Amino acid sequence: MTAIAQDLWGGIRRFLDGDIVYSFRQSKVAVIAALVTFIMISSAICAPLLSTHNPFDPTTYNLIDAEYPPFWMEDGDPRFILGTDNQGRDMLSAILYGSRVSMAVGFFSILFAMAVGIPIGLISGYVGGTLDAVLMRIADVQLSFPAILIALLIDGLARGILPGELREGLAIYVMIFAIGISHWVLFARTVRGSCMVEKNKEYVQAARIMGRHPFFIMLRHILPNIMGPVLVIATINFALAVLTEATLSFLGVGVPPTEPSLGTLIRIGNDFLFSGLWWITIFPGAVLVILTLSVNLLGDWLRDALNPKLR
Amino acid sequence: MHDATLRAPAASAVHEPVVKAEGLSRHFDVSAPWLNRVIERSPRLILKAVEDVSFAIDKGKTFSLVGESGCGKSTVARVIVGLYPPTRGRVYFEGTDLQSTHGRAEASRMRHRMQMIFQDPFASLNPRWRVRDIIAEPIRAFGLLDGKEETERRVDELLELVGLAASDGAQYPHEFSGGQRQRISIARALASQPDFLICDEPTSALDVSVQAQILNLMKELQREFGLTYLFISHNLAVVYHVSDTVGVMYLGRLVETGPAKEVFSRPQHPYTRMLLDAIPDLDMTGRERTPVAGEIGNPINPPSGCAFHPRCPFAADRCRTEIPRPITRAGGHRIACHGIEENRIPDAVPPYQPGAGSVA
Repeated sequence: MTAIAQDLWGGIRRFLDGDIVYSFRQSKVAVIAALVTFIMISSAICAPLLSTHNPFDPTTYNLIDAEYPPFWMEDGDPRFILGTDNQGRDMLSAILYGSRVSMAVGFFSILFAMAVGIPIGLISGYVGGTLDAVLMRIADVQLSFPAILIALLIDGLARGILPGELREGLAIYVMIFAIGISHWVLFARTVRGSCMVEKNKEYVQAARIMGRHPFFIMLRHILPNIMGPVLVIATINFALAVLTEATLSFLGVGVPPTEPSLGTLIRIGNDFLFSGLWWITIFPGAVLVILTLSVNLLGDWLRDALNPKLR
Repeated sequence: MHDATLRAPAASAVHEPVVKAEGLSRHFDVSAPWLNRVIERSPRLILKAVEDVSFAIDKGKTFSLVGESGCGKSTVARVIVGLYPPTRGRVYFEGTDLQSTHGRAEASRMRHRMQMIFQDPFASLNPRWRVRDIIAEPIRAFGLLDGKEETERRVDELLELVGLAASDGAQYPHEFSGGQRQRISIARALASQPDFLICDEPTSALDVSVQAQILNLMKELQREFGLTYLFISHNLAVVYHVSDTVGVMYLGRLVETGPAKEVFSRPQHPYTRMLLDAIPDLDMTGRERTPVAGEIGNPINPPSGCAFHPRCPFAADRCRTEIPRPITRAGGHRIACHGIEENRIPDAVPPYQPGAGSVA
């Protein structure tokens, strides 16, 4: 037991002394981006503690409070820091809960894309030959359709198939599936490329001489050595997935207005933009921009930090 | 099995050799993809990496393969160890044909008795694994020891055997130098208690000072465990130091095989002479040399007849048309050369003096 603890502690020490942490401290952009991302993610997770009421629960807000501007403007109400929407929901609470939905969809759809893309990429790269050709042509075909189109298609299909009462409840899962399935190609291709490089290295040949099963070699030998590029893709695609979710919700095919995500909030606000109620759409929009920007910057830094040629 | 014994060199007829290759060939299909072949009518390209190679290695002996880069040495090693199936020919391990149906079942049981040491000590160890897990992998893969403690004890033993400390097992490969990594590689190869080790240029990526240490370690281990080595190198000084028998390869074929002393002191094939002449001579004897002229041919489209004829100073018409068959001389010295067979090549001056300016 102590040996494991020692190993773990040693691992953490090595990581903290390592190149990655050094490069992180050297990059101001990365530190700021990480800080912003961290604050946004943790406030989304702690949304029930930070918000004044639950915007998903209609009994907690009142139509009388509708359309208050942010508190610093005249007519503002200090109870609603960022104002309220047309139904009397506190914008700050709605944004906190909304970014929770957005991030959850982004995170799980990327997890789903990884779960599909990494095994396909590993098998394609390791086995090669006809199987590789077939899988990669499928990937090419899928890549020629924009991700948003595929997501729209699946979402539309799900709407057609599922009965009305199920539709609302399953909307989030349909979104996760639709966005995930449109992102797996990137993971498959990256993993395939790295896998083809790794499989010719001598440590893989040594494992083959020992008669190790191909799945063992793929999972225990190759996969740990190609996680760097996969992490970079995952980070950047997380931001993309959040944006795709927002786009779908803005177009009205995403999550229902009863459980608004950032995209849904922007769409609702969009209807009131010309009535002068700018805060309903601008604040969720700004949060979306800041979130995707900082995650992207973090991904860019990670890509450079993991690229030995740029060190 | 029986016809194989008939064709084996006379010297090893008494004992069963540990490893025997019979007419081994390995071709690679390097053609363009099917669609390109159909549309652009590009031809099928077959790279003949190894062509009709036969040799036998006796127990406890070292057989070396030498030759320029790209002559097929490493491919021979990979075919023997089972990474590539041979296109033609057979590999026998202690008399069992590894390609026959019976042999394939047997082969999986015998795999642990055959291990490989690789050229690049930076690529042959998984950078994400701890050294003790790397060394323990053959034990775990073959299920040789049960119990965690036993495996750990064995790994510690192996580390000390190759001159490292047992505590080094907790480190990662990148914390070691090239020579130390090659020691780890050797420890891993020894973990399954093999009888036969294939060493694919084990010292060519190392500093000269470290090369000697690794070679001496390998010799000690050979004496201690009665190991049989297939040693692959382009460094003739190293080969002279370690080998009992030497095989010289040119464009996938064995052109000369024989006892190391014999091949180095009385090289027959013009290519062997050329290679030996290319060893730097620190004694500055001013001896007349034939420089290695020309480039090695293309294995996709090798020269007709004897593949060496475009570079050979003794090439005659027969060399351009007919592939030479190996002829056997006294002491199991086999040469595949029309010129030698016809006795029209003059004897060479002994070009390589043992120890003179050698590296190892």
